[in-house]
Amino acid sequence: MSKTERPSRARASAELAAEGPGERAQSRDSVRLAVRKTYKLYIGGAFPRSESGRSYVVTSSKGDFLANASKASRKDARDAVTAARKAFGGWSGATPYNRGQILYRVAEMLESRRAQFVAELSESGTKKAGEVVDAAVDRLVWYAGWADKIAAVTGSTNPVAGPYFNISSPEPTGVVAVVAPDEPLLGLISVIAPVIVTGNTCVVIASERAPLPSITLAEVLATSDLPAGVVNILTGSVKEIAPWLAAHMDVNALDLTGVGDENLAITCEEAAAENLKRVFRPTGADWSADPGTRRLTAFLETKTVWHPTGA
Amino acid sequence: MTTSLADVASSNVTLRTFLHGLPGVDRVGADQRAAMLGTRSIKTTAKAEAIDLAIRMVDLTTLEGADTPGKVRAMCAKAVHPDPGDPSVPKVAAVCVYPDLVAQAVDALKGSGVKVASVATSFPSGRSSLDVKTTETAFAVAAGADEIDMVIDRGAFLAGDYVKVFEEIVAIKAACGAAHLKVILETGELSTYDNVRRASWLAMLAGGDFIKTSTGKVQPAATLPVTLIMLEAVRDFLATTGRKVGVKPAGGIRTTKDAVKMLVLVNETVGEGWLSPDWFRLGASTLLNDLLMQRQKMATGRYAGPDYFTLD
Repeated sequence: MSKTERPSRARASAELAAEGPGERAQSRDSVRLAVRKTYKLYIGGAFPRSESGRSYVVTSSKGDFLANASKASRKDARDAVTAARKAFGGWSGATPYNRGQILYRVAEMLESRRAQFVAELSESGTKKAGEVVDAAVDRLVWYAGWADKIAAVTGSTNPVAGPYFNISSPEPTGVVAVVAPDEPLLGLISVIAPVIVTGNTCVVIASERAPLPSITLAEVLATSDLPAGVVNILTGSVKEIAPWLAAHMDVNALDLTGVGDENLAITCEEAAAENLKRVFRPTGADWSADPGTRRLTAFLETKTVWHPTGA
Repeated sequence: MTTSLADVASSNVTLRTFLHGLPGVDRVGADQRAAMLGTRSIKTTAKAEAIDLAIRMVDLTTLEGADTPGKVRAMCAKAVHPDPGDPSVPKVAAVCVYPDLVAQAVDALKGSGVKVASVATSFPSGRSSLDVKTTETAFAVAAGADEIDMVIDRGAFLAGDYVKVFEEIVAIKAACGAAHLKVILETGELSTYDNVRRASWLAMLAGGDFIKTSTGKVQPAATLPVTLIMLEAVRDFLATTGRKVGVKPAGGIRTTKDAVKMLVLVNETVGEGWLSPDWFRLGASTLLNDLLMQRQKMATGRYAGPDYFTLD
C-alpha cells in the first residue's frame, strides 16, 4: 500500500462512521448481552464444577450481584488433596532454581492481567486496587527469589564429635491445606507463594466473601508452567470444608491464617492432631508489611544426615 | 439357538455356526446400559456392605517378572489380614501368582481359608504348544493351586479356528483335576463385543468354571460394558444348560467406586445369586488399599491416607 492512499481511506471510514449506519451499530451494541463468566474450582490443573453441583451468589461490596461461585463440597476437597499428593513428587523433586523460575513466571502472568485484577478487586471493595496488585506481583517476585536461598539460610553444617560431616537441610513438608485470608489477592498470594516455593503442594480454601479473584488467579497459575496439582483452589464455605481438610490423613500441614472463628480454629487444630500435622496459626496480619521468612519455615522440616568424611 | 449343545463342538463348522448364530451385541446399547448402571449412588450402610463384599471377592494378584518369594509371603499376609489394625476386615477370596510361586503361597496361606490361584498356559500371551500348557497347568496343580487362570489362544480365536480354542480349554480342564478353571478371554484383544460374547460361550461350552476378562497386561482391561456382556452370557448359559459359571473382571479396577459399579452391574444383570466370592471375583492389586481406605473413612469419619497402608 502506498502512503498516499492512507489518508483517503481514513477519511472515507471516518465519513462512514459519522453517517446513519454508525448509529444503528451503536444501538446494536447497547443490546448486546454481557458474556458472564462461570467461576469454577481449580483442581489438578483443571477447572471442574463442584462435584455437589452447588454454587453461591457473590456480591460486590455494595451488595450488587457479581457472579455465582462454585460451592465446593468435602469430596472436592478430597479430590484436591489427591491431586496435590500426586503433584508433590515432581514439584518437591524439581530444583529450587526451577521452582523460583516458575514463581517468577507466575508474577509475569499476573502483571499482564493487571487491569483485570484491578477491576475485580475494586468490585469486591478493595481500596487502591492498583497498588494492591503491584504489591502482589512484588510479593511473588520476592518469594521467587527465596527458592534457592532458603536452604542456605535455614540449613547448616553442624560440628559433631567425630570424623563426620553433619548436615541439616530443610525439606518440604508435603501437602499443605491453606485457609486463605479475607484479602482477595495480596493475602492469597502471601499465603500460597511461601508454601509452594519450598516444594510443598497445597489445597487452598479461598476467601468466602470475595472468591472471584482467586479463580482468576487460578487462570494465571494454569498458564504459568506451574505443574497441575501444585496449587488447588476451592471456593465455598470455610466452615464446611476446613474441618475435613484438617482431619484428612493425607494432609501434612495446616495453615489457619484465614480462620477468623475461634471455635472453628480449635476444631481444626484438634482434628489436625490426629496425624500430627504442622499447624500454622498466626495472629494479626499486615499484608503490606515485609513478610519475613516465617511463612517459609513454617512448612519446612529439617533433615539431618551424617556422612563419613572418608580417608 | 441350537437346542442340543452337546454336538456343537463336533466340528469347526458346527461351532462356528453356533457362535456366529448368537445374537449380535448392540454396542451403543451396552455402553449406555453400563454407563447408566455406573451412576447408581450407593451410600452409608449399603456402601459399607458393598466394601466388605468387594474385599471378600478380591483375587489379590501379583504377576510381575520381579516377584520374589518374600513379596508373595507379604501379599499372603495381607490377604489374610488386609488391615492388621482392624480385625473386622474380612479376608480376600484368593491370591493369584505365577506357577513357580504357588508353593510359597500355599505354605503361607495354610489353614487360612484363602485360596491360591495360579495363572498358567504361557500367561499372558498363551503362545506355546498344548504340551507346554498342560504341563504348566499340572505343575501348578501339583504345587497346590486351588484355581487355574488360563488364557485362551486369541490368535486361533481371531483366525476363526474355534475348535482349536475349544479343545485347548478341554485339555487344560482335564489337567486341572479338582482345581477350578478360570478362562481368560483377554477382551482387550478381541476387538468387538460380538467376539466377547462368542468367546464367553466358547469358554463355558468347553467347561470353564469362571470366565475372566483380562490378563491385566493389555489395555483396555475390565471395562464395565465388557463385564456386562459376560454377565449376560453366564445368565443365558445358566438358562440354556442349567450350569452356573462365575465371572471375574480383572485389570484396571483401582478404586472403590469401580468395584461398587461392578457389584451394581452383577446385581442388575444376573441377580443376587452371583453376589458371592464363589461366583464373582475382582482381580486386582491396588484396589484393596482403596477399599481399606474407604472402609476406614466410614469407620473414623475422616479421610484416610495411603501412608497408613502397605505399599505393594
